[in-house]
Amino acid sequence: MSAAAETTTADGNAAKTPAARKERTTLAILLRSPAFLVGAAIVLFWAFCAAFAPYFVPYDPLADDLLNTLAPPSAEHWFGTDQIGRDVFSRVLVGARDILTIAPLATLLGTTVGTAVGLVMGYFGGWVDAIIGRLIEVLLSLPLIIVALMVLVALGPSTPTVVVVVGLVFTPLVARTVRAAVLSERHLDYVPAAAVRGENALHVMFVEILPNIWPPIIVEATVRLGYAIFTIASLSFLGFGVQPPSPDWGLAIAENYGVLVGGFWWTVVPATVATASLVVGVNLVAEGLQRAVAE
Amino acid sequence: MSRTSTISPDAAEASPALELDDLSVAYTVRGRDLPVLANVSLTIARGEAYGLVGESGSGKSTVALALQRVLPANGRICGGYARVAGKDVAELGAAELRRMRAKDVAMVFQDPGKALNPSLTVGRQMAEVFEILGSSGSEARKRGEEMLGRVRISDPARVMASFPHQLSGGMQQRVVIAMALAKDPALLILDEPTTGLDATIEAEVLDLVDTLRQEFGAAVLFISHNLAAVASLCNRVGVLYAGKLVEEGPARELFSDPRHPYTAGLLRCLPRAGFKGGAALDNIPGFPPPPGSITSGCVFAPRCGLVQDRCRIDEPPLYEVGNGRGSRCHFHDRVDDLPRMSEAPPVNTPERGPEVEPVLKLEHLSKTYTLPGNRKVQALRDVSLTLDPGETLGLVGESGSGKSTLANLVLGLAEHDEGGRIDLDGKPIPADVHARPREAVKAIQIVFQNPDSALNRAHTVKHLIGRAVEKLAGIAGKQRDSRVRHLLEAVRLTPRQLPAKPRQLSGGMKQRVAVARAFAADPRVIVCDEPTSALDVSVQSAILNLLSELQAERQVSYILISHDLGVVRHLSDRIAVMYLGRLMEIGPARSVIEGPHHPYTEALLSAAPTVTGERGARIRLEGQIPSPIDPPSGCVFNTRCPRKFAKICETEEPPFVLDDEGHAIRCHLPREKLGRGRKMEGVAVGEAGA
Amino acid sequence: MRSPFGRFLLRRLGLSLLTLWLVSVVVFLGAQVLPGDPGRAVLGPLADARAVAALNREIGADRPPVEIYVSWVGGMLQGDLGQSYAYRAPVAPFVGDAMLKSLKLVGMIFVIVVPLGVGAGVVAALNVGKPIDRIISVASLSLTVIPEFVSAIALILVFAVILRWLPLSASWPAGAGPLTQLEHLILPALPLVIVLFGYIARMARAGTVEALSSDYTRTAVLKGLPWRTVLTRHVLRNALVPTITVIAAQTGYALGGLVVVETLFRYQGIGNLVLSAAKAKDFAMLQAGILAIGAFFIVATLIADCITVMLNPRLRAELGR
Repeated sequence: MSAAAETTTADGNAAKTPAARKERTTLAILLRSPAFLVGAAIVLFWAFCAAFAPYFVPYDPLADDLLNTLAPPSAEHWFGTDQIGRDVFSRVLVGARDILTIAPLATLLGTTVGTAVGLVMGYFGGWVDAIIGRLIEVLLSLPLIIVALMVLVALGPSTPTVVVVVGLVFTPLVARTVRAAVLSERHLDYVPAAAVRGENALHVMFVEILPNIWPPIIVEATVRLGYAIFTIASLSFLGFGVQPPSPDWGLAIAENYGVLVGGFWWTVVPATVATASLVVGVNLVAEGLQRAVAE
Repeated sequence: MSRTSTISPDAAEASPALELDDLSVAYTVRGRDLPVLANVSLTIARGEAYGLVGESGSGKSTVALALQRVLPANGRICGGYARVAGKDVAELGAAELRRMRAKDVAMVFQDPGKALNPSLTVGRQMAEVFEILGSSGSEARKRGEEMLGRVRISDPARVMASFPHQLSGGMQQRVVIAMALAKDPALLILDEPTTGLDATIEAEVLDLVDTLRQEFGAAVLFISHNLAAVASLCNRVGVLYAGKLVEEGPARELFSDPRHPYTAGLLRCLPRAGFKGGAALDNIPGFPPPPGSITSGCVFAPRCGLVQDRCRIDEPPLYEVGNGRGSRCHFHDRVDDLPRMSEAPPVNTPERGPEVEPVLKLEHLSKTYTLPGNRKVQALRDVSLTLDPGETLGLVGESGSGKSTLANLVLGLAEHDEGGRIDLDGKPIPADVHARPREAVKAIQIVFQNPDSALNRAHTVKHLIGRAVEKLAGIAGKQRDSRVRHLLEAVRLTPRQLPAKPRQLSGGMKQRVAVARAFAADPRVIVCDEPTSALDVSVQSAILNLLSELQAERQVSYILISHDLGVVRHLSDRIAVMYLGRLMEIGPARSVIEGPHHPYTEALLSAAPTVTGERGARIRLEGQIPSPIDPPSGCVFNTRCPRKFAKICETEEPPFVLDDEGHAIRCHLPREKLGRGRKMEGVAVGEAGA
Repeated sequence: MRSPFGRFLLRRLGLSLLTLWLVSVVVFLGAQVLPGDPGRAVLGPLADARAVAALNREIGADRPPVEIYVSWVGGMLQGDLGQSYAYRAPVAPFVGDAMLKSLKLVGMIFVIVVPLGVGAGVVAALNVGKPIDRIISVASLSLTVIPEFVSAIALILVFAVILRWLPLSASWPAGAGPLTQLEHLILPALPLVIVLFGYIARMARAGTVEALSSDYTRTAVLKGLPWRTVLTRHVLRNALVPTITVIAAQTGYALGGLVVVETLFRYQGIGNLVLSAAKAKDFAMLQAGILAIGAFFIVATLIADCITVMLNPRLRAELGR
């Protein structure tokens, strides 16, 4: 029979290879991209510090030494000491801890809620989409940092509040991305195909559509992680994020940038470089993922 | 204008419009060179129309890109020459290349909507062509406007001032053709110029190209997968398979007496003359080889019914097979002996008559959509029809005719207006699929046009079919799995495909999975929405045969939506013709096609080209399909009707009454004055497949 | 052409007002309702209950929220943005003054970043895949995520502390001429330029790449047009329209970044005002400041939408319907 001939010649190796090749290449593309590798290395380094730095840094990052304040870098204090004599090197390594806890949690929250909202908007469309869309536009017409600031002033800064606030300000952004992804799936025939076998909306959204929009969601989540770090660091710098005496970078910069003009650069520069390297690292990873997904 | 319609003697003496000599093109993919075209040689004389046919992936579009030097960045000419009007394109410097593009060669692409710059007026874009050739601004505009007139645009000044999106698809394609011919090129390349246009518009565009070609004396390279369109326009044809030109010759002879098994096979895949139960379609087993995978012997050997050991070793040269014809087949003289590659499927003949209860009965179905601004569109108006068990009803009409709306109402994907009624096996069912009992849901299923879209790419074949079985038949576990296996067998797939995801399957296999899913739980009615139009010709026929076979086996009824009249005629017991949301005609397939029939049906039939190269009495429709927001009064077809005869057409909707045969025509003209079709069986040239 | 555009403008204006109203509700909820007891929030947990009640009465927080909202909006319609608790004075002049200063800074930022970002994006797109594209892409990508206070520190260190080319403070002496003012604004502008550069460059690159690979560009090339004409007439026009929307959206972002930059450089703009109000728990000042930022953003997107519509014939035609 003809049709049988079509299948027998085709399946087996010939039919399998394209897909197998695709999966392999996604990883291969990532591993061959220098930008991604550099980014991943930076992120892993700081993740390692966040987890283990307290066990191996030379000094207690919180211990002051009032006899040895603002000491320049030396063999004893590699990055010098700050205004109350704390070891800057130890503080920078341990300083990764708060930001790398709060930012991923906030991202997770924002991505989860945003994905749900985006699915609902894209799937139902019509007035549901119109109303939520209007609300999102309202939220986005205020700079994120201002919204976060406003809520944190009202509720008082604390770690859980920061997680929730940053997570929620990211929700509309994630929702918008997910909505767009859903819309491009929505017109595909597998959606009516599910309807003609009587599937309900939840099934269509979460079993049919969601598995197809993972790539943009993952990319969006990595991008959001970068901005979560950015936002939380900025909030800490402004005094509404991580609270003293944490060695957090944003906080450290806020505490010490006043003495910059006096030439005590070492109190500020390490935390600055650390923050910059982390955000750039996360972003390079995000970019690598995006390219790999696109190919 | 000074240009004349005849070819001047010195032009005829000059070099050919196009000469490809052993042209090879390769794309570099991940460091590997994949040959896309291998040693293609062909010549197009001045003023000649040459058709290049082939299925997707055959390399036909690459020819067009290579000879204008617009290959993608990873593609390059790796051997041979392409000469346009005597100039080797590979040798041209930047300025000469630009001059060649400005003067000698022009191209019309598939999608005219994309080929025009959305933010410039048509006038600006037309004028450009003349400015390059040295006209001043105002002169260029004037000549642009003249040019639009020459492509039979009735209101050039308005079109000049329009932006592309304000024009219909057919109008856009005329503009693109005008832009192409404006430079009076030696060679005009048309790459699938009518794909995506409605049949009546397609016919219009093909006619236009045919006329203009003679007026301008340009040579034409017509690239298409549509054998019939090529046959109707071209003098000579080349058949491309896997990057090789396997056969070449004068169009008529090549299509009536193919000398290569691939060409012969393709022709047998086409539903041509005959109705349901007539000549069965054959198909070509297997797939075209991926580029570069066949290194010795004939590229077609793995799929060929005449294959011998020699074919796998020696690559056949282009044998001369008489009168300007060539074939790359060692056994070109035995092509007539090519065996059938598939059994003819059994054909179901439904019982009809007053005692047979229809499986589906639609009464007064209408669908009104409300647009923003509270404007109403009646996408479907008062459609009543019945469908008998085991019957196929073909549904034809141009886009916007309401075919898809009707299908959606039957499926419950959209709810019909109050006053309508759908009966399944004599019992009324709710309008919304979610309100229907499971028995009704499983009874009405669908096969979509494009399996890539209809199959969720995140799921495996097992899940795709299994979920439908679970949901519709209400069985799970072992029972479900064995049902899935049975279904796979029924559509000629094997359990090895169970863990595969759609992208691991070929187009034909994907459509089989979609068919299997539709049959998950003993359906009574399946809507087949253009089930083969996303597929290559050779795969198409296998799916059509499968549908016939399953129908005979299971007594299922089909509602077959297709723009391809050949397909509709081949499968349908009855045909319904729709226009602007109304049924214009319904009746037994033979009566509808052979007539007397509605003037609109007549126009549709005459628009469809056939491989035999003849398009019947040329009845062409004037103007565009009116907007359904504001349909014409009286007979909705009156604004385009070539047979409009009296005031009554504009004032009164014609009656729609079934005669004894079950044939109804919505026209004021009496039956005896209505047109008749060609007798189909009569002209069945090249019924080699039978 | 005029009347459809007029209708569009009217509709778009109505939409903006709706958004503005919703923003005012959000701001009100955030600054007035969320804190619960403003008096307690200001005076702290140890303060005397009578003092808290007195303060609440003074700032009018003892009334039901709806009443407070209505009187706030009512006041605003008459140009009264409320009374500052910290300054014991009307809020409006402070907000107006700060907004004006911030606008100078934002203007400076956009004058620098728009040509730079668009130029870099187009250059990258024209050299897709080549080293220059990779450099611009990676640079724009990395710079975008560097928090303003981080780059500001680096800039201060280099230009104000080590090289001493530019003044450290953004505030110019009273009566300074425009040039001096410019000099003071460069350093505060740069951190935001760095952040915004990436956004704009990436958008311009994406738009240009898409236009370059479009069928209409291929048509233009095959017409035999000189490359320069293809580029200016066919590619860039279509490529850069979406960038305008991005630029407008980023003005809103820039205003958020001002909080950090103005604090660092001690510049008395709207960001600084909002932060000081937040720290002082001066809720009237805070909500007026935030509302001003929201209003500014809404106006910016409104203008961008109008420009987009005017440049895009397709959108323009849709308005006519």
